[in-house]
Amino acid sequence: MRGCSSVDERREEREVGGAGGWTRWIVTGPPVAFLLAFFLVPALIVVAASFREPGEFGGLVPLAAGFANALSLEAYRFLLGDLVYAEIFAISFLVALATTVICIAAAYPLAWLIARSPRRRRDLLVLLVILPFASNFLVRIYAWIMLLGPANLLYTPFAVIVGMVYVHLPFMVLPLYTNLEKHDPALLEAAQDLGANAWTRFWRVTFPLSLPGIYSGSALVFIPVLGMFAVPELLGGTGDILIGNLIKEQFLDNRDWPLGSALSIGLTIAVLAFAALAAAGARRGLKGTEAVS
Amino acid sequence: MALLEIRNVTRRFGSLVAVDRVSLAIEAGEFFTLLGPSGCGKTTLLRMIAGFDEPDEGELFLDGKPLAGIAPEKRPVHTVFQSYALFPHMTVAGNIAFPLEMAGRPREEIERRVRETLSLVHLEEKGEAYPHELSGGQKQRVALARGLVNKPRLLLLDEPLGALDAKLRVEMQVELINLQRDVGVTFVFVTHAQQEALALSHRIAVMSQGRVEQLDTPDRLYTAPASRFVADFIGKINLIEAEVAGNAHGHLMLRSAMGDLAADLPPDARPGARGALALRPELVRVAERLETLELRNRFAGHVKDLLYEGDVTLYTVEVEGGFVIEALLANASPGRARLFKVGDAVAVGWRHDAGVFIRG
Amino acid sequence: MKPRSQWLLWAASLAVYGFLYVPLAVVVIFSFNDSTLNAEWVGFTLSWYRKLMTDGEMLRAAGNSVAIALLSSSVATVLGAMAGIAMHRYRFPWLPLLVLTPVAMPEILLGVSLLLFFRQVLDLTLGFFSILVAHITFSIGFVAVIVRARLAGMDEGIFEAARDLGATPWMTFRRVTLPLILPALVAGFLMSFTLSIDDFVITFFVAGVGVTTLPLQIYSMIKVAVTPEVNAVSTLLMALTLTLVIVATRVAPDIVRRGR
Repeated sequence: MRGCSSVDERREEREVGGAGGWTRWIVTGPPVAFLLAFFLVPALIVVAASFREPGEFGGLVPLAAGFANALSLEAYRFLLGDLVYAEIFAISFLVALATTVICIAAAYPLAWLIARSPRRRRDLLVLLVILPFASNFLVRIYAWIMLLGPANLLYTPFAVIVGMVYVHLPFMVLPLYTNLEKHDPALLEAAQDLGANAWTRFWRVTFPLSLPGIYSGSALVFIPVLGMFAVPELLGGTGDILIGNLIKEQFLDNRDWPLGSALSIGLTIAVLAFAALAAAGARRGLKGTEAVS
Repeated sequence: MALLEIRNVTRRFGSLVAVDRVSLAIEAGEFFTLLGPSGCGKTTLLRMIAGFDEPDEGELFLDGKPLAGIAPEKRPVHTVFQSYALFPHMTVAGNIAFPLEMAGRPREEIERRVRETLSLVHLEEKGEAYPHELSGGQKQRVALARGLVNKPRLLLLDEPLGALDAKLRVEMQVELINLQRDVGVTFVFVTHAQQEALALSHRIAVMSQGRVEQLDTPDRLYTAPASRFVADFIGKINLIEAEVAGNAHGHLMLRSAMGDLAADLPPDARPGARGALALRPELVRVAERLETLELRNRFAGHVKDLLYEGDVTLYTVEVEGGFVIEALLANASPGRARLFKVGDAVAVGWRHDAGVFIRG
Repeated sequence: MKPRSQWLLWAASLAVYGFLYVPLAVVVIFSFNDSTLNAEWVGFTLSWYRKLMTDGEMLRAAGNSVAIALLSSSVATVLGAMAGIAMHRYRFPWLPLLVLTPVAMPEILLGVSLLLFFRQVLDLTLGFFSILVAHITFSIGFVAVIVRARLAGMDEGIFEAARDLGATPWMTFRRVTLPLILPALVAGFLMSFTLSIDDFVITFFVAGVGVTTLPLQIYSMIKVAVTPEVNAVSTLLMALTLTLVIVATRVAPDIVRRGR
């Protein structure tokens, strides 16, 4: 029942009445300026820094020394020359993957229970998932130091995974719950009516439809785990070094900033690749969902 | 001088010409309607009057003064939005008071006028309610009250009845007519519903593809459509392709594939001119035998389909050569022996002045 | 669903809730334990809290954290609201990318890039200012998302209606837009405040040596040893965030309801 004005028409319409173009820049300008200065420029500097050499006392060769003579691929040569780095990237990937899979397994029953609860109880159950998340990140890690210490499990890969799952679990529950909540119960009834048992109904209907939720939850878990340094540092042993620890080491302990920057760029690429994968998955899943609902 | 004059206005969106050289004048006190299908440019035109959009070419004048460059808040023109656009965080009274507050009226005057306007739209009890507590019809009234409260020169209504159910629509139509008459504010009403336009308006501009096809009173639009588009868009109609043949027996003759037809022609129609005879179904008569129809235009055929609508029935009659004529008969006509059935052999006919010849 | 599978679902869910809550409960309980070792329950005491109140370093850190949280969330609420409105209204395709990437990427990347920027480009002594700027940077996106979501749920027509009825752009903002996004602003402020007071990773990189915050203080303590004083400060911190969450879920909906 809409008239002539289609959405497109509206979007193209010009600003009128003297409010001209300037209102939009007054609104957009300050946050954009801030983020350009303190997010985009620093990010570009990391890229630039990765092509330079370490200074005498840590840090970088001063930028004032000019670009031409200070440009170097040393950091990357070093990074690619030593298999240790590739290994640490691979281990970080595996840890992130394991954390993500465990989070999916732990979050699914919970998200499902919440989605099927009566509306009044739902908000409370969601709040109960968020609440521990509201306690400080270090406090949550500290809790596991207390628990795992006496059990002699502290400073092991197991402790690292437990800590990672504990810190990131709500990120999986919430998108999954949001997805499952939207499922039309009639779909399961229809499947049952057409002869599917509970097992088949889950794997043929509920699970495929929940894939977008799983994808976005996975992105929210996998990406921060990949860059995490505090959990391995506090819960892991000397051998449990991930990309995050490596980066932190270069910036704060070894003061080899070019190498640290090159590692950061490696991490960024890994993150972007995973985010693209998850987004593509979510989009594909979403199309499927639209076709059903 | 017209209250609002639209002079040669064009508005493009990329390659789409939404409004194409439209000129029209709206008189003070009128209930004026822009009627047309989705995408015809009527809402774009409305938004240019309100000031949310500016024409690429042409000009708009209110009381003889150009509107170009005047911000929406500076125009003595208010809009009733399709979605009502009531402020959700303000009460009904707060919504209605808003334009008065923006105009800087004193507090006592605001309170008095809000009260008056609330009673005008029969919502005296709802002043303290919030929009989400109202029914669709009540929201509609609040939107009207808000638009009218500080007596704008023009009230623009953008499909305001679109969101209401059929019964409520009819009720609101009656209220709109009364309201407009009582407050004396000029209404410019936009709709795609032809029945609504016919029922409400003093004058209607039928729009298609950005252009005004015909500007006329409702009865003129219905009985004398100037183009095939208007004929087809407003009400049901039979369009019979024909060509002017000449003069015979005091009226003009048309040649069509069905045979010769007698009709009243526009005085300037010359022999050989091509076009279509537009014929309203309710002016077509149906009889059991051809001889009982004492009309110049009559054809034998049979009932192909029928659509029973309670008070009336729409018969689709197929005549010789496969041509189809629709006829609308009142079921309560005295002396009607029976309703026809599908397959019945019947005859259809119409008076020579029943149809209108549309050129082109 | 059959009772058996229903039962299984509840059991699995309770186990997960247990996994979430037991560790925190242990932290809280042992903050009242009358023993320097976090090993077994000896008896009830408030001495760890008393000790905390006289720990000058801890109090300074807490003061810094609150000051930075208040300042950064105030600035982030204003900038984030602008960004949210801009994303909703003007639809520059690059804007969400700029605003949301700092939220989506691993914190460590923002931390090291700001460290590089402050030290290498601005040659700034790290401290209060660098922490403040870093916190604002990662909070803007959260506020923007909340404000945009609020605007997306609203009828666009009301902003035009305000103009149509005689309100200037500024009056439209004051009388219509601002009251309507107020709940989002409150929620965004509380969210930024919590994020700021909790942040460890980014602060860790941009804090330098001079200024310390509560999470940094906790970090240096738990790196060394497990002491009940950490339990006490953790418990207090939990109480604070819990209060904020309750305020956010109790107060904000009231404003939201009025705004509907």
